[in-house]
Amino acid sequence: MRHVFSVRIGPVGFRVGSAWRAPIAQLETLYADYPKPDVPDFSVRLFPARPWRRVIRPSVTIGGDFMLPDAAPLPLEQGLLAAEMGMNLQMALGQRRYLLLHASVVERDGRALLMTGVSGAGKSTLAALLAARGWRLMGDEFALLDPATGLVHAFPRLVSLKNAAIEVVTRALPEARFGPLLAGTPKGDVRHLVPDAAAVAAMDVPVPPALLLFPGYGFAAEERAVPPSEVFVRLTQASTNFVALGERGFDALARLVKTVPARAIDYPDTDSAVAQVEKLWAAL
Amino acid sequence: MGRAVSDGRLLARMLRTPGNALALDAAGWTALLAMARAEQMIGTLALRLDGLALPDDVARILADARASAAQGQVAALWEVEMARRALAPLGEPVVLLKGSAFAAAGLRAGEGRSIGDLDILVPWARIDAVEAALLAAGWEWVKPNAYDDAYYRQWMHELPPLIHRDRDRMIDVHHTILPLTARITPDAASLLVNSVAIGPGVRMLAPSDMLVHAAAHLFADGDLAGGMRNLWDVHCLVEQFGTAGLAERAAHHGLGAAVARAVRLSAALYGDGAALTPGDHACLRRVTARDGWGRATRPVTRLAFYVRSHWLRMPPLMLARHLWTKWRTKPD
Repeated sequence: MRHVFSVRIGPVGFRVGSAWRAPIAQLETLYADYPKPDVPDFSVRLFPARPWRRVIRPSVTIGGDFMLPDAAPLPLEQGLLAAEMGMNLQMALGQRRYLLLHASVVERDGRALLMTGVSGAGKSTLAALLAARGWRLMGDEFALLDPATGLVHAFPRLVSLKNAAIEVVTRALPEARFGPLLAGTPKGDVRHLVPDAAAVAAMDVPVPPALLLFPGYGFAAEERAVPPSEVFVRLTQASTNFVALGERGFDALARLVKTVPARAIDYPDTDSAVAQVEKLWAAL
Repeated sequence: MGRAVSDGRLLARMLRTPGNALALDAAGWTALLAMARAEQMIGTLALRLDGLALPDDVARILADARASAAQGQVAALWEVEMARRALAPLGEPVVLLKGSAFAAAGLRAGEGRSIGDLDILVPWARIDAVEAALLAAGWEWVKPNAYDDAYYRQWMHELPPLIHRDRDRMIDVHHTILPLTARITPDAASLLVNSVAIGPGVRMLAPSDMLVHAAAHLFADGDLAGGMRNLWDVHCLVEQFGTAGLAERAAHHGLGAAVARAVRLSAALYGDGAALTPGDHACLRRVTARDGWGRATRPVTRLAFYVRSHWLRMPPLMLARHLWTKWRTKPD
């Protein structure tokens, strides 16, 4: 590959090869403070589907150790998004050490809060806003649950903010670093937030999970306990590798569900969500 | 070191002599792991290198690969059991082919091997009953296209693939080991007669027939895709069972040349070497066409072998008609 970048995010090393310089330059800038892996866990490749598409109407196909057969290519202006999607794809399809839960994770007092839910529930936004209030950002996409220890490992890749969340978070974090605004992607407008120095400095410190939240945006503020049976089923659906891990995955999830309380919260706006979360946390 | 060999031979060398891996630098390891993943051999590699003093990152990645392969075998053996239960009322044993046979029998070729579909062999006379029993037990058709379905039934050595609706796993039901359109007709009945019991209701082919099947798949049917893994199977089978009587058995099936080539190539890649023909060298170029990013390389060689595979698979006029139909009904 012509251009290569490598980075270690939490316990996982990546190398990204690209036929174009631009996405690699953006990754180098945004991940400047991250360490490099010795031997990466996964390779991502960004390449033109046909040789001429490197130059004429350049379009980025996402490949790597693990690939989806019919992933749609992205225009070169969205090459950064392609790289991030490629890294997520390797995790989703290839990660076999940790049970992956589709969740954002923040830490306070040495314990982790996991927020999971459907796309648009506000996982990334809430994680970014809590980070602005002194929580440690551990990740906005995947919680890495170690079946051997029951601890959650940080995976603080760039926080992917979408549409209205971009404005909300830029206002809450005026000092933070952001990637370029990627308009009109398949996920709408996307802008990446660089996790703060504290998140990167502590990314090798795993912590025990203390609370599981299922946030739901767009409703009057409300809260209810979620029984373990429901949590288990919802988390099997929120995991990309639950089946692939077999018994280890089952045991890890069962242990999480039995030992960690779970709440569903509805919230009308982000301010009340943050207040609800901090109140629940204080009551633990 | 990573630069010295930049194709599939790097992977072959580490499988042949695991101690060589200790000399790899970070770039060499990165290339090796990408190749091993692309060839679906990372589990095999992980077991071969187990016990060596490896760099931390590599040890971690290979430990994951070992765990993943072990879980893959659990799932594959469960599929075997499901098929056994489905066919037991017919009085038909499940005769396993390829990966699931190696795993179920605990053969060296199965150590760390990734196993995709469940491949089984049944007598031609029982194929309808077997199909009905599998459909009743929850397997479903995946080829919605009428032409493909009819093509399989008329000309192939197996039923159209079936997927289980709950477990999402595929079963390939073979009645012989080469397409009916191929010029060579192996003796399918004697494959079954000579099969060996490995458990109640579960059998595998006799060792020499497993080698014949591997060679048939590689050289008389396929385009050598996945050749690194198939030749590793051949290498392990030869190492474990020897080659006594193999040539006669291969000749009986009309596959003497394919088997001899498979044995030579596996020795060249993974064993003590062999005297190679020009054709063998071309095959090796195809088999090792992989770079340090896991990408397929040598497009011209690959295309040539792809064309060859179709040429071997069916007579020219039929090939033309087949390609014409496939082209006209291209789904997208």
